[in-house]
Amino acid sequence: MSINRRQFLGLGGAAVAATALAPGLRLIELAQARSPEEAVTSLHRWGLLIDASKCADGCTSCVDACHDENGVTGHNRPATDAQWIRKVTLKDKQTGHVQSLPLMCQHCEHPPCVDVCPTGASFKRADGIVLVDKHICIGCRYCMMACPYKARSFIHEVTTGQKAHAPRGKGTVESCTLCVHKVDRGDGSTACADACKKEGHQAILFGDLKDPGSEISKRLGSQPSTQLRADLKLNTGVRYQGI
Amino acid sequence: MKRLFLVLCTVLAMLSSAVYAADDRKSARVPLPAFKANTGKAEQCVEPTKVMRRDHMKYILHQRDQTMHQGIRTTKHSLRNCVDCHADAKTESVLGKDGFCESCHAYAAVKLDCFECHSALREAGSVTAPSSSTVRALNVSQQKAGESAGATGSRQAKGKKP
Repeated sequence: MSINRRQFLGLGGAAVAATALAPGLRLIELAQARSPEEAVTSLHRWGLLIDASKCADGCTSCVDACHDENGVTGHNRPATDAQWIRKVTLKDKQTGHVQSLPLMCQHCEHPPCVDVCPTGASFKRADGIVLVDKHICIGCRYCMMACPYKARSFIHEVTTGQKAHAPRGKGTVESCTLCVHKVDRGDGSTACADACKKEGHQAILFGDLKDPGSEISKRLGSQPSTQLRADLKLNTGVRYQGI
Repeated sequence: MKRLFLVLCTVLAMLSSAVYAADDRKSARVPLPAFKANTGKAEQCVEPTKVMRRDHMKYILHQRDQTMHQGIRTTKHSLRNCVDCHADAKTESVLGKDGFCESCHAYAAVKLDCFECHSALREAGSVTAPSSSTVRALNVSQQKAGESAGATGSRQAKGKKP
């Protein structure tokens, strides 16, 4: 088969058009789902929006779901047992108004735990999730002291019965991973958010803070919300309403 | 001449007894690991057996950093894939006296740290739900192997070699 000059130019034009389109197509594809071979990018920033006014006093379904999902077990020693998420009760001493809210790692943009880590075990992923690389954690617990939210726990004892997606071991520090295994799988939710929805409270919403079309971004854009200890300028990924 | 013959006989007797003694000592001190290479899920490992014996730790280490820091969760060289394939059919674990990992590490006297944090058990349902194309390809080849009987036997015999 032979092609003349005109056909050749036509084919070349088509090729140029295809390559010009390709970056755009790729962006859309990234926004929808990531394949297992692709690294996480800063195109996303995962976060939570917690409406404390919808959080029921005495309900611990988010805590139970989190610890069940990640295989977080203790030894009936509340002072030292690991907790990735806990319920905090606030009481206004003047009015007597009692409020309850879930508190976990706030996945800061400028995390103090990462600043103080001497080995680089405490790190922030490109998509904003703050994690502990337990392979290089030496258990010094500087991060636990640096965290203003007391979000991290130290594992004091030999651990058994871990979940395959959530390795845990003695001598390392751990905290909420924002259900990173679910995020990487593309579930689009966390165990705590799912549990809260199931209970009918819908106090926890998971989403992409960088996607203007996501429900979390729309709500943050249209309703008032706060960061806990906003004065520290950590730019947390977990935002609160109704407190 | 007779004297020379006697000397020779003595030397030979001493040599042979020494060899026997060495053999006895060897087998008594270091029993070879008695693991099964795999449990019939896949025909082949993700890399040639020769490479895996020497370099499996390098693959796992590389994958570990990629998964932890970049969220790359391909299953080909993941520890989870190792465990799901090589876990013992009875105990569902790679640890234990005849466990795939522990038996060989005990033989080589190399400390096995992975399972202080990671689960050593095969994940429920993992056999039916492989997520990567590699594992799917391996499953297909295993099915084909199952059709031609005899392949399993030879594989197990090969696996028992040190």
